[in-house]
Amino acid sequence: MTFGSGAMTNSINEIPDSKVLLIIGSNPTEAHPIIGTKMKQAVARGAKVVAVDPRRTEMADVADVWLRLRPGTDIALINGIMNIILANGWEDKKFIAERTEGFDQLREQVAKFPPEVVSKITGVPVDQLIEAARIYATAESAQIFYTLGITEHIYGTDNVMILADLSMLTGNVGKVNSGVNPLRGQNNVQGACDMGALPDVLPGYQKVTSPTVRAKFEAAWDVPIKSEPGLMLPDMLEAALSHEVRAMYVMGEDPVLTDADVNHVREALETLDFLVVQNIFLSETAKLADVVLPAGSFAEKDGTFTNTERRVQRVNKAIEPIGHARADWKIICDLATRMGYPFAYASPADVMQEIASLTPQYAGITFERLGRKGLQWPVPDAEHPGTKFLHEGKFARGKGLFMAIEYQVPDEPPDEEYPLLLSTGRRLSHYNISTRYSEALDSYAPEELAELNPEDAERLGIKDGERVKVASRRGALETKIRVTDRVLPGMLWMSFHYKESPANVLTNAASDKVTKTYEYKVCGVKVSKLI
Amino acid sequence: MEWITLSIDGRTVTVPKGTTVLEACRMNNIPIPTLCHDPELSNYGSCRMCIVEIEGMRNLPPSCVTQATQGMVVRTQTSKVRNARTTILELLVANHPLDCMTCQKMGDCALAEYAYEYRVTGEVFKGQRRELPLDDSNPFILRDPNKCILCGKCVRACEEIQGRSVLDFSFRGFNAQVGPAFNLPYSESECVFCGSCVSVCPVGALTEKKMVGQGRPWEVEKVQTTCPFCGTGCNFDLNVKDGKVIGVTSNPEAPVNGKALCVKGRFGMDLIHNSERLTTPLIKKDGEFVEATWDEAMDLVAQKLGEVKQEHGADAIAVLSSARCTNEENFLMQKLARAVIGTNNIDHCART
Repeated sequence: MTFGSGAMTNSINEIPDSKVLLIIGSNPTEAHPIIGTKMKQAVARGAKVVAVDPRRTEMADVADVWLRLRPGTDIALINGIMNIILANGWEDKKFIAERTEGFDQLREQVAKFPPEVVSKITGVPVDQLIEAARIYATAESAQIFYTLGITEHIYGTDNVMILADLSMLTGNVGKVNSGVNPLRGQNNVQGACDMGALPDVLPGYQKVTSPTVRAKFEAAWDVPIKSEPGLMLPDMLEAALSHEVRAMYVMGEDPVLTDADVNHVREALETLDFLVVQNIFLSETAKLADVVLPAGSFAEKDGTFTNTERRVQRVNKAIEPIGHARADWKIICDLATRMGYPFAYASPADVMQEIASLTPQYAGITFERLGRKGLQWPVPDAEHPGTKFLHEGKFARGKGLFMAIEYQVPDEPPDEEYPLLLSTGRRLSHYNISTRYSEALDSYAPEELAELNPEDAERLGIKDGERVKVASRRGALETKIRVTDRVLPGMLWMSFHYKESPANVLTNAASDKVTKTYEYKVCGVKVSKLI
Repeated sequence: MEWITLSIDGRTVTVPKGTTVLEACRMNNIPIPTLCHDPELSNYGSCRMCIVEIEGMRNLPPSCVTQATQGMVVRTQTSKVRNARTTILELLVANHPLDCMTCQKMGDCALAEYAYEYRVTGEVFKGQRRELPLDDSNPFILRDPNKCILCGKCVRACEEIQGRSVLDFSFRGFNAQVGPAFNLPYSESECVFCGSCVSVCPVGALTEKKMVGQGRPWEVEKVQTTCPFCGTGCNFDLNVKDGKVIGVTSNPEAPVNGKALCVKGRFGMDLIHNSERLTTPLIKKDGEFVEATWDEAMDLVAQKLGEVKQEHGADAIAVLSSARCTNEENFLMQKLARAVIGTNNIDHCART
């Protein structure tokens, strides 16, 4: 938004040569293990690390400075760091003058966040704030990495924009080892966005509201395209409850386990007249379906995934689909044809040809060119070698725009009735919900171990390894407790991998105003002993 | 770039300055045996298999830690060199089990390959052999310390790639071993089971537990592909035998990750053949799922979606695509929504 396009601006293999890593709301050694190892390689070569996380992650342990902020206070923290940078004259004046606009508004906003105030809001000591500001701002190059700890808040978009502000303030963007890098959670979340599996954009982030864009796709597909953006997932569920949406077709997702406030999700899906679920397992969502279509796993099909550094890579078929299962692309083609619009693609390589013809970032991509190494988009033509880092010399939107960001509080902070703050995330040994089907991984990490600080454990009389009840305003579950100082006092941390302890019956479905991302990272819960 | 010209086995070759003699040989397809060398790891110079003769140098320098210099004259296969390598191999084999018939590494074992080439039998130095217990304490990695040749590749992989330093040498002389601190089993150490140690082991000391007995290297087809879990985009080889994925091995050409993988990517692919996989379309009748043919299921879906569209309009249908599926499938899904059904109600879990 600030730069004009959303993707990791740098490349994964730049990481070992980094000078400074600012890691915020991200636990790479568990959620993105290979990126985590590259960060540790950087540390071994002398890189400085500033870790920002309420939870003691492995990167927090190796960091030069660990800012253990209260969950959800990131905006205050970054405003405070920028305040310190300006007070010390550590900003990059040349970069600000040549490549940005809106600096005056930023300076005004940041002035409201002197270190003492920020320290009070975030719980981070002033000297640590200053040290973090000095390390980041005075580095020869510095990269920011963030993940869902930043985005899974009702002000997630603002969290992201303020990180962009910080990078522009110090000129740490648009060159090797300098940038702002979201580590995308899922294997092809980048690609699914690139391909326009979003209600407001066609492939390549081309807006459905634009007549020129629609004209291009209408010519290619020979049908009219609606100009109104469609519904985002949370709105689809509301529309299902109000009968505006009557039927849903769900491919490869399990919102009944993975969305926030899943009891609400289940109710919405049960209200539908017709639900089709296409998956490789009988997921919790599939159990609610009228028709279940068995899909092939990634080993059973050809295609491409796009990773967090925009690298489009081949997925190669290794075996035939199990039983009567079919590759997802074949099922979709079959359905389109039966609905009267034949999808006559011989192979995924054929589909890629059409993608390339309609998606500027993918214009130069063919399966043949991807080969064994892939290509990083943008690849504007058939000779282009791909793009290692974005925004060199110029942002996608021209000048980078500083955004003055106001401090906000989470939708449901803990209170008297629900006094603990629940935050959720991933563990190393599992990936979302599917790895539970790996016998090896499941035998290694078979159950949830919710993390509770020793102070709270003592107060509540709960022992390490004890099973407890956790409840929020929306639901309740049972889980085993691990007593550990990895979490702050007053905090409970859970993963969302286990359907036996489904954290998302607890989570709050309040969502970001722009992206509709749920606030998975903060809600109020209470823990009680089993009777 | 500065270039160096040298002679190897009578051939004149030119390489960039800073190249080792070993790298110079490999760049020019001149075979040099190595047991402790790996291009992703630091050069260690411990196994001594890569020794060569270089004019003007005393002894036989290990080529992996010798810089190529201007005018250097290298010989890689003289009898002096080959005799020294034979002795090294005899010493290794003297304390290495010869149960190759049942060893998982058979057909892919560097020690066996060189022993065969250098006609090493294990008859030259006979003496005491190790009899250490196996470590099968975890679901992922099988460790047989008796087969370890102490090349130290796993130690360096753990430290340099993974940044963990779980493995190191312990004890001395004949009793020297590699393993976690205090000789603990893997399961009680700080190991996170990335399996980088397995990917570099030249012998059968470290193997993928789930692959034991599942297939021989020459029966296995390796298919490079992209991991279906997080957004890093690691590549690896699916090992396929008789139409079944029996495991995962590293692909050194992987552009993002090289040989490194995490526990999920390397050891989690048994989920492909999980017995709970859906294998046939299902239609719910009276609250119960009933198996159906593809024609029955697809006709029903097309008919029902058609009816909803007819009665309530295209926007009464919503489509959820998937961040787990391919680009091509996501493209087709949004095209299905927009061009076939006629709605922009298309989204996916972009946010988790």
